[in-house]
Amino acid sequence: MPLIELTGIERVFTLGDSAVHALHALDLSLEAGEYVAIMGPSGSGKSTLLNLIGLLDRPDAGTYRFEDRDVTTLSADEQARVRRERIGFVFQSFHLVPRLTAAENIALPLMLAGIEPAERALRVKQALADFGLADRAGHRPDQLSGGQRQRVAIARATIMRPALILADEPTGNLDRATGEEVMRLLEVLNHNGVTLVVVTHDGALGARARRQISMEDGSKVKDSR
Amino acid sequence: MTPTDTLRFATRAATGYPLRTFLMVLAMSIGVAAVVVLTALGDGARRYVVNEFSALGSNLIIVLPGRSETGGFNPANAITGTPRDLTVEDAQAITRAPAVLRTAPITIGTSEATYSGKLRDVTVVGATADYLKLRRMELAQGRFFSAEESNGTTAVAVIGTKIQSELFGVEPAIGRVLRVGDRRFRIIGVLAQSGQGLGMNADEVVILPVAAAQAMFNTNTLFRILVEARGRAAIEPARAQTLEILKTRHDGEEDVTVITQDAVLATFDRILGTLTYGVAGIAAISLAVAGILVMNVMLVAVTQRTGEIGLLKALGAPGATIRNAFLAEAALLSATGAIVGYALGQAGAFALRAAFPVLPAYPPDWAVIAALATALITGLLFGVMPARRAARLDPVRALSKR
Repeated sequence: MPLIELTGIERVFTLGDSAVHALHALDLSLEAGEYVAIMGPSGSGKSTLLNLIGLLDRPDAGTYRFEDRDVTTLSADEQARVRRERIGFVFQSFHLVPRLTAAENIALPLMLAGIEPAERALRVKQALADFGLADRAGHRPDQLSGGQRQRVAIARATIMRPALILADEPTGNLDRATGEEVMRLLEVLNHNGVTLVVVTHDGALGARARRQISMEDGSKVKDSR
Repeated sequence: MTPTDTLRFATRAATGYPLRTFLMVLAMSIGVAAVVVLTALGDGARRYVVNEFSALGSNLIIVLPGRSETGGFNPANAITGTPRDLTVEDAQAITRAPAVLRTAPITIGTSEATYSGKLRDVTVVGATADYLKLRRMELAQGRFFSAEESNGTTAVAVIGTKIQSELFGVEPAIGRVLRVGDRRFRIIGVLAQSGQGLGMNADEVVILPVAAAQAMFNTNTLFRILVEARGRAAIEPARAQTLEILKTRHDGEEDVTVITQDAVLATFDRILGTLTYGVAGIAAISLAVAGILVMNVMLVAVTQRTGEIGLLKALGAPGATIRNAFLAEAALLSATGAIVGYALGQAGAFALRAAFPVLPAYPPDWAVIAALATALITGLLFGVMPARRAARLDPVRALSKR
């Protein structure tokens, strides 16, 4: 049973009076525990695909089954629940809340899920230690380096122990060495059983994945599987 | 998200942008303070007037000669032109009415008082023995007229404190002979200081027996008859009985005007109360303006924090959570503004009282409650629209915005 199963996905954006097919007749199936890189030039539809998989966007046609459950028909709040419990996001621009400390940023998903403050503190402390941020707990994002910020973002993405991590150009704002370090962290997570999907236009980064999917004009042009 | 977390998140958001929070709290607090201070002023004026009237004496009915109401054409008017005068006998007749405790016929004029070469203009009040009790006045020295003295034309006088100090200085005034106009009166009493009352300074009067005053002014009519009812409940019967007696005595014609102190008081109370509502309404406009400001600032906050809202959605926050967070923030800012404004308003009212001690400028409870409630409600109400906008943001587009 695949973790993710997309069949006949269409996503059309209207720009002025012309319709742009961001995704066209897309079929895709991902098994649990896979490490997949989605590659392609900008405008190829790879970010749209990631948003669809992450339940941030809805397809105009086709079905999306996540953990053997049709999620396209779920209400917005039900989708939010799936995101909260099963999916972690890592963004190129980190998306940390600037006024909150590292620890508070990591605790956000736990707070949204309504977990007790005592347990929250315990899990955040563990996460800070796991990602080498123990001495940065009280720092705000503007007091952290790029690598530290992305580590906070990864800690936040994994704090709910999701089945799937979606990373959109996770090293795009980092230098090569820090990017390498961040990728290794993500790969360790994948090694421990989390499904990892990385969107990138960087060929070298994509080559690290066990499976590469190339996108062009809204369609899958190459799938290494 | 639990309510505690929502509140904490909103607090962090409010403190995260100090200038914005400060300006919003300032706007809201000015609105609330304006309501508190202006209603304190209005209600203070009302209380001041009411107190002034109460100082006249209580359960008072005032009889004026002549009829002030316009009744249209009345056959009686065609036969009798001028109204009959009020006389001391009228007053004595009213005293016999069951609901009436005492009456005080008064006549008023101005004259000159002289003592050992010093001359002064004075207000001369012709009164009877009951006048002192009816007006709730006190004597500083000596005694007031007896009933016999006030009925006759005995040459005795009671003077106000100011007259005493200006004409006699430190000398004792009791027993001295004061010249008023072309007559001489022996001073038998001095009034205690009482200050202003109905535009007449009781410290600057010379009180003579009513008959003596009438003789001096060469008249036998009265300026007013003051009637004191036997109690609050007796005011209305006393008024009716007074009117009835005077009608009978004046050949069946109602040619006097009878006003009760309560009615006058109630009228002033109503006018000034309405005035207070009016200024409260004007001040409430500033609250509405503050509410619109809350909405503006929250809309800006939503735009400013679009990325954050997108992130919260990606992290699995349902629309309701985001809406509540923004609503809580608006409520928090309004509540803080309301509390600060209340403190400012009370301080303003205190300053008013310190500057004008005669004015009891306390804000009425209803105004304080209404101001606080309006501040909170406008804050919440105007916070709803921005909060809903935040909750409805499309996560993909919100995330792509930095």
